Amino acid sequence: MWERIAEELPRFFTYYNVIFFLKAMFTTFLLSLVGCLLGSVMGGVLAVIKITKSNLLRPLRIAAVVYVEFFRRIPFLVTLLLIFFVFQALGLEVSVFTVAVVSVWIIATAFIAEIVRSGLEAVPKTQWEAAEVLNFNLRQTLKMVILPQAWKVILPPAFSFFVLFIKDTALASQIGVVELTYSAKVLNNKGFSAALAFGFVLLLYYTISYPLTKFGTWMEKKIEIS
Amino acid sequence: MKYLSIDQCDAFYGDQKVLECVSLDVDKGDVVSLIGPSGSGKSTLLRVLVGLNQPTSGRILLEGEAIDYKNRRSLKKARERFAIVFQQYNLFQNMTVLKNVTVAPVKIQGRPKKEVEAEAVLLLEKVGLGEKLKSYPDELSGGQQQRVAIARSLALKPEILLLDEVTSALDPELVTEVLDTIRLLAKEGRTMIIVSHEMGFVLEVSSKIAFMDAGRIIEVGEPRKILEQPDTDRAREFMGKILRH
Ligand SMILES: Nc1ncnc2c1ncn2[C@@H]1O[C@H](COP(=O)(O)OP(=O)(O)OP(=O)(O)O)[C@@H](O)[C@H]1O
Ligand SMILES: [Mg+2]
Repeated sequence: MWERIAEELPRFFTYYNVIFFLKAMFTTFLLSLVGCLLGSVMGGVLAVIKITKSNLLRPLRIAAVVYVEFFRRIPFLVTLLLIFFVFQALGLEVSVFTVAVVSVWIIATAFIAEIVRSGLEAVPKTQWEAAEVLNFNLRQTLKMVILPQAWKVILPPAFSFFVLFIKDTALASQIGVVELTYSAKVLNNKGFSAALAFGFVLLLYYTISYPLTKFGTWMEKKIEIS
Repeated sequence: MKYLSIDQCDAFYGDQKVLECVSLDVDKGDVVSLIGPSGSGKSTLLRVLVGLNQPTSGRILLEGEAIDYKNRRSLKKARERFAIVFQQYNLFQNMTVLKNVTVAPVKIQGRPKKEVEAEAVLLLEKVGLGEKLKSYPDELSGGQQQRVAIARSLALKPEILLLDEVTSALDPELVTEVLDTIRLLAKEGRTMIIVSHEMGFVLEVSSKIAFMDAGRIIEVGEPRKILEQPDTDRAREFMGKILRH
């Protein structure tokens, strides 16, 4: 096997292939980043909706619960295909990349919502009460009292979710998104050995997720200090 | 018309009735002390006043106007007039001592930051915490936190101050200090409702004492009368126990 890889190497790292891989890597990166960022924003909103108490927001609360419970339970591939066909059924001409981003967004929203909610609930009720009697509104309470205390509970599981989820974006290759896994398949089909093609892609996945893990730890430290 | 009037209020924790038909009138400038055994509902009554537990029946009137606890505007208006010092202090864990005291006056009442800070420093010095402005609550002892909580409530300049066992975590020296502060406030004519076990202090500072037991106010009246010649056996028994300490 090693001999074969050694023999293939010079042909593998052609200018064209390297560009192809880098583009695919960028796609994986962008897909994860945009999907997870949007998911974090929406997830945060859902988490806040879920912890409200007012009767007026009850329908929203129920919708949030249903959403979170539903999308946390279906496999990512199913969501991906579902969104793909929904777009098709609606006659919307969007790229497969957009379909994938929306899918990541939808799933990340559900998971992040749960992570944020449990973070918010980890802050003692008495902190909410103290803010409430001082006439803080919900936004002020979250911003000034609750979130500063909840970050350290939210960040670790959030980052481990992001890191885990980068791997799942590989499934986007199933609907034809040219991301890392897809690019390995292409080169494998072109006759390069699977060990080389997928081995190299593995390295690139690592290049994306390792800095993210580091960034997460750095953020946690920073919050610990402040 | 009464200044503050609690009118036949009931309150629940889940299924458990913790206040039963509680009525109490407070005049402007009154210092009303709530006394009674543990679990009798003293803290709950204060929490009901600021809308943390909603009364299931009965009314609370401020200058003749009932507070509508279900209405946010009404509740907000009422809360502007009250300040509460919780039995467990409930300081904001993510804020320094100074920030704890200034955050509401600056961000909620919208008063100038400089002025509020200067006042806060004075208040904190008065309760012996001038050195601790930059500390966080988890770096302070219980007694120190309690004093920050007192300063935080005073910085709001409330009309009615609710104090829940504000001396329970203090050592004797500080008890005197904090009680002096409260005494001063009483002299200035601030309306206060105090939960306390310091009977000597209660006797001295109160204009009225209410004795609570099992969610009810079973006796209310002039301090000496309640402490020394209560009408009910239950109150007599309680005073007997507490005065023997
Ligand atoms: N968070 C809560 N959940 C359920 N029940 C509660 C809660 N807080 C208080 N209670 C119950 O309500 C009743 C009244 O409690 P409350 O705290 O008002 O008593 P208290 O007179 O302040 O007592 P203490 O002198 O010990 O502070 C008690 O029976 C208590 O068990
Ligand atoms: Mg109590």
